[in-house]
Amino acid sequence: MIDKIFSNLTRFSALLILVIVAWIFVELFNQSLEAIHAFGFDFITKDEWAPNLEKFGAYAAIFGSVASTFLAMLFAIPVAIGVAIFLSEIAHDKIKGFFGVSVELLAAIPSVIYGMWGLFYFVPIIRDIFGGMGIGLLSAGIVLSIMILPFMAAVTRDAMNTTPDILKESAYALGGTQWDVIKDVIIPYARAGIIGSIILALGRAIGETMAVTFVMGNVHHTPKAITDPTTSIPVTLANEFAEADGSLYFSSLFELALILLVMSFVVIAVAKFYFLRKERRGV
Amino acid sequence: MTAVQKRVLVNKIVLGLSTLSAVIAIAFLFWILGVLVMKGVGALNWNIFIFEGSPPGYEESGLKHALVGQAILVGLATVIGVPLGILAGTYLSEYGKNSKLAHLIRDISDIMMSAPSIVIGAFVYAVVVMPMGHFSAWAGSIALAIIMIPIILRTTDDMLQLVPGTLREAAFALGAPKYKVIMDVVYRGAKAGILTGVLLGIARVGGETAPLLFTSFNDNFFTTNLNDAMPSLTVTMFNYAISPYDDWQQLGWAAAFILSMFILGLNIVGRLILFFGKRK
Repeated sequence: MIDKIFSNLTRFSALLILVIVAWIFVELFNQSLEAIHAFGFDFITKDEWAPNLEKFGAYAAIFGSVASTFLAMLFAIPVAIGVAIFLSEIAHDKIKGFFGVSVELLAAIPSVIYGMWGLFYFVPIIRDIFGGMGIGLLSAGIVLSIMILPFMAAVTRDAMNTTPDILKESAYALGGTQWDVIKDVIIPYARAGIIGSIILALGRAIGETMAVTFVMGNVHHTPKAITDPTTSIPVTLANEFAEADGSLYFSSLFELALILLVMSFVVIAVAKFYFLRKERRGV
Repeated sequence: MTAVQKRVLVNKIVLGLSTLSAVIAIAFLFWILGVLVMKGVGALNWNIFIFEGSPPGYEESGLKHALVGQAILVGLATVIGVPLGILAGTYLSEYGKNSKLAHLIRDISDIMMSAPSIVIGAFVYAVVVMPMGHFSAWAGSIALAIIMIPIILRTTDDMLQLVPGTLREAAFALGAPKYKVIMDVVYRGAKAGILTGVLLGIARVGGETAPLLFTSFNDNFFTTNLNDAMPSLTVTMFNYAISPYDDWQQLGWAAAFILSMFILGLNIVGRLILFFGKRK
């Protein structure tokens, strides 16, 4: 009797996860319906965002999300791979331990603090170098890249460390330099894992809210230059959700949230099902 | 230059560049941590724990409201999320095992773990805040619990699977029903691991800001009313930091420091438990 109750309780809890995920999609979709009916496809191609006129176009926010994420990846990928090579092939054990602790430290810092640091300490430097307000796409991209860097480096390092020593030793025995071994043995061997970590980091960067909210600017215009202030989907939600009035305004914000959820869901699912699954099989 | 010389040169350049990347990464780390500690410690004083929020310019201004609010929000999220997460993890490890359903739930919860937290906030707004008609601590805690559940589910699942099957068989052979085996044998064997998962889950939601912006909202006054908007350290930090007032910004940094130390502490304790638990 108790046995049955207990097993049903656990089954219920497990199924609840699926219910919540499905519910999130359905609820966001339902809430978006009004905006979907009002604007149709124009919602994602127009960038006029004028709550007072009840005109909503998400192009600037979508563009800002994609562009800031792209910039973040552009900065973070080479550095993360460099760090991973350093850690798996060059560094002594002591430095590895030190770096491991550092990564934990960085991962433990709430993202709102990255935003505060970015606004008060990093934005002025960008402003001095590139002119303009300092707040904008470029600052957002760099702050994001710093946030995802430790995670990407750690996962890439783990993937590289799975390369069997015997493969590396064979390559060295053939006269390969360390770089030869890295590019011809380690990177091909760890490729699926490295790509998987990059895509997971991309998924994080798209949805990251607080670190970007400080330094992005929250201006609903598609930027003309990389230093222009703009907005992204999470930034718009963070800034406007609590203050929105009018059901069409809310509905448009919900549609933004739905778009963001679909984007990140697809990205993470690709990483999980394709690249990281493959790696697991390979090992 | 011979081919060999060229390869050696390229090798040196690449290794130099990757060392440089590591230096850059560490430099940013110390910059951010340095700012956090310098600004945070500088802004710490006893007033922070004694007084609640005041308009800018007041001497007697503190973070008591936010500290208590944060504790209530995270505590309530823990009460909701931990049992559900552990029970769901138990299903995967002890009942579902390798069934298609169990794998589906594992995959979905992995994806959920990386879903944007602000979207969870929007969802909770739609299903809790709108029907209630106002922001509330309940809404904030539910949002945090939804973020916490997949983390606890996955660690529980992993940790229960580490418990040797022979232990279960021994208990079954003594005639124990399955729930007793799970409660008295499996949970006991995985105690350290589950506790670590719980601590890491709490640490993860403790730093969340985005889902609280429009669920628990914020308040500058001390409250313990769960049906009302509830201040939190993270949202307070956000509001104070973007305010133009010097003393509010100071409080923002103090909040940042206190919260980071708390989260870091949870992470360290969690890993220590796991470390010593494994060594036994």
